[in-house]
Amino acid sequence: MGAVMGTFSSLQTKQRRPSKDIAWWYYQYQRDKIEDELEMTMVCHRPEGLEQLEAQTNFTKRELQVLYRGFKNECPSGAVNEETFKQIYAQFFPHGDASTYAHYLFNAFDTTQTGSVKFEDFVTALSILLRGTVHEKLRWTFNLYDINKDGYINKEEMMDIVKAIYDMMGKYTYPVLKEDTPRQHVDVFFQKMDKNKDGIVTLDEFLESCQEDDNIMRSLQLFQNVM
Amino acid sequence: MAAGVATWLPFARAAAVGWLPLAQQPLPPAPGVKASRGDEVLVVNVSGRRFETWKNTLDRYPDTLLGSSEKEFFYDADSGEYFFDRDPDMFRHVLNFYRTGRLHCPRQECIQAFDEELAFYGLVPELVGDCCLEEYRDRKKENAERLAEDEEAEQSGDGPTLPAGSSLRQRLWRAFENPHTSTAALVFYYVTGFFIAVSVIANVVETIPCRSPSRRLSREQSCGDRFPTAFFCMDTACVLIFTGEYLLRLFAAPSRCRFLRSVMSLIDVVAILPYYIGLFVPKNDDVSGAFVTLRVFRVFRIFKFSRHSQGLRILGYTLKSCASELGFLLFSLTMAIIIFATVMFYAEKGTSKTNFTSIPAAFWYTIVTMTTLGYGDMVPSTIAGKIFGSICSLSGVLVIALPVPVIVSNFSRIYHQNQRADKRRAQQKVRLARIRLAKSGTTNAFLQYKQNGGLEDSSSGEGQALCVRNRSAFEQQHHHLLHCLEKTTCHEFTDELTFSEALGAVSLGGCTSRSTSVSSQAVGPGSLLSSCCPRRTKRRGIRLANSTASVSHGSMQELDTLAGLRRSPAPQSRSSLNAKPYDSLDLNCDSRDFVAAIISIPTPPANTPDESQPSSPGGGGSSGGRARSTLRNSSLGTHCLLPETVKISSL
Repeated sequence: MGAVMGTFSSLQTKQRRPSKDIAWWYYQYQRDKIEDELEMTMVCHRPEGLEQLEAQTNFTKRELQVLYRGFKNECPSGAVNEETFKQIYAQFFPHGDASTYAHYLFNAFDTTQTGSVKFEDFVTALSILLRGTVHEKLRWTFNLYDINKDGYINKEEMMDIVKAIYDMMGKYTYPVLKEDTPRQHVDVFFQKMDKNKDGIVTLDEFLESCQEDDNIMRSLQLFQNVM
Repeated sequence: MAAGVATWLPFARAAAVGWLPLAQQPLPPAPGVKASRGDEVLVVNVSGRRFETWKNTLDRYPDTLLGSSEKEFFYDADSGEYFFDRDPDMFRHVLNFYRTGRLHCPRQECIQAFDEELAFYGLVPELVGDCCLEEYRDRKKENAERLAEDEEAEQSGDGPTLPAGSSLRQRLWRAFENPHTSTAALVFYYVTGFFIAVSVIANVVETIPCRSPSRRLSREQSCGDRFPTAFFCMDTACVLIFTGEYLLRLFAAPSRCRFLRSVMSLIDVVAILPYYIGLFVPKNDDVSGAFVTLRVFRVFRIFKFSRHSQGLRILGYTLKSCASELGFLLFSLTMAIIIFATVMFYAEKGTSKTNFTSIPAAFWYTIVTMTTLGYGDMVPSTIAGKIFGSICSLSGVLVIALPVPVIVSNFSRIYHQNQRADKRRAQQKVRLARIRLAKSGTTNAFLQYKQNGGLEDSSSGEGQALCVRNRSAFEQQHHHLLHCLEKTTCHEFTDELTFSEALGAVSLGGCTSRSTSVSSQAVGPGSLLSSCCPRRTKRRGIRLANSTASVSHGSMQELDTLAGLRRSPAPQSRSSLNAKPYDSLDLNCDSRDFVAAIISIPTPPANTPDESQPSSPGGGGSSGGRARSTLRNSSLGTHCLLPETVKISSL
């Protein structure tokens, strides 16, 4: 019965925490190992100086400061990875599945294909989107649609993009999403954009077609004052 | 939405440019955006400690105090900062929530204080981050338990006061449940305890062999057989007391069905039933065996002690709450017993003259071994049997040691909780006494103030200033408020003593009091209104009611003859007092001089209802005038006993 007394006294002191048994120690050991690995991979990116960024982009110093503060708050390590992108978009579009589109978007932002978006990339893209010329914006959009970055958009790439966008809508839409709605959408797009009907859209065709379309031109001005 | 979302929104909107070429319909116009100023720094001053943060940070959570326009209420234009008169240490955590999106719970602060701060700043407790959530919940639960215990203790009626109109049943029940409330209950409690002890001891002593004086060694009798009548009488007495107690409890119980089903009453029944069954069972040999068995149940009287001992109750409660652990213990023990008994039986089967005659016979060996008793009446003799026997004893230790600490820790937790509850109840009494003292202090302050003539007009204030206690602004306003209430209801505040005396005198009737001039109905309003006037002793208000209400028909007649008034029917006197308080309210309320009134004789001086001077306006109507004349007349003839501060004006 000495064993009973021993356990009793130990229980009295540790009433709340679970007893430190073998399983607990093993878990701690594993966790420490993981933490060591993480520490090695955690790198801190620092952007170039404020003046340089100001010169490279169309933002003022103040705007850059605000942007960086928000960015740094969210990503203390200085770089965004694809997971974060997907989570952010999932929060903005909770109805559907935004992960595919976020993936494509991430690739569009990550111009150097490093797998992480640093502040410079971020701010450069934003500068184009918000303060750039029509030409630049359209070129950026073309880059987004060109998934494999070969300079041409073919039907498959377009299908992927359109499908990803429709995925963000989710299931509950009005009118109900039909199976071939994306396909129809892509056909319409290609009809408009593909001038020489060769099945692919080049940058020039794209730019030309977009500049002919009034709707697009007008809508491009919408996002002027997002910042 | 999380903090980061707000930061990323502009970026997501900008990325919407990518949809443009695909859009089949024109996109909607952007919402009107306010002129985006540059991000500004806000200063939040919390009790002198300045916190500075970007406005954007606070805007991240628009449904909190700091994120919404509610903070504008706290904006101090002079200093250009937001001032909050709250705890700066706690604010640190609140602000960190805005910055990081996670609310952390401070370890060293009281959880209640933290909750209050959260409530003030509009943060929901669910926002507490995962790292701190468990501890937060634990501490909150602990707090809530403690508060619930407090409330229970209050409600369980340990307080000394019972509602005045409680019936005999309620009083009896309370006496049974809380013996400390009255002496009789305490006596009863100890008497029953004594008799339980006597009964149990008698049961025990009954079986001791005692020698007969003739020293016949061949026959040893138990005491019960030697003195059957003595033991029978003792048993009868105990059972009678127990029966009486049970019936009384049954009568007093607020819910009889529930009482009948309760554990304690069942124990009571089991304790006394065997005796009655024994009385009615005929003493023949067939049934006497069963009768003897019934006597065993007399030992359950010892459980009646659980009413007297809290420890026993706690033990019982622990066992009840550990029912699952006990069940597990029992189940695992049974499994192990069966397994090992089977194994031992087959191991010892071959041996001759073995004790292990069957598996159930081996059960006894297994139990004795597993509980490490080891009587030694059954021992294995084969090697295999010994090996399995040792395995059996080792596993016994393990199986029993597993659930026991759980039971033990449960018991200790419940025991400590109980101790805490007791301590708190004891402290509660002291606390309540202190609170009551404080409350009576404030009322007394007002009464004292009135007594010292503080309600005088300010014009005479100079002379009064010396005797009136110095009052703070708060007290002044408070007293003014009480005074207004008195005027509104035309009743006065007095203390308990006066009130109870008044009640008692009223119930006695007016026979003893030769009442005053305020007897007649006509004088009623006058007296009452004079009771609203200043310059009285604190006894005045109720004394007035006393004197007026206690006027009997006879004494009124006396007064009438004295005063020469027309008679008014007696029953009206009391109700009329309350009926028309307002008539002459304004009349006399600012009078200073007053007339001494006539006092009733055997009872101590009823006070002097104050009447207005002859010079007071006659607007109150004839009642006032009549009262005056009555007073004057009656004061002429009767003996005057005056309270201290009453001034007698010229009549």
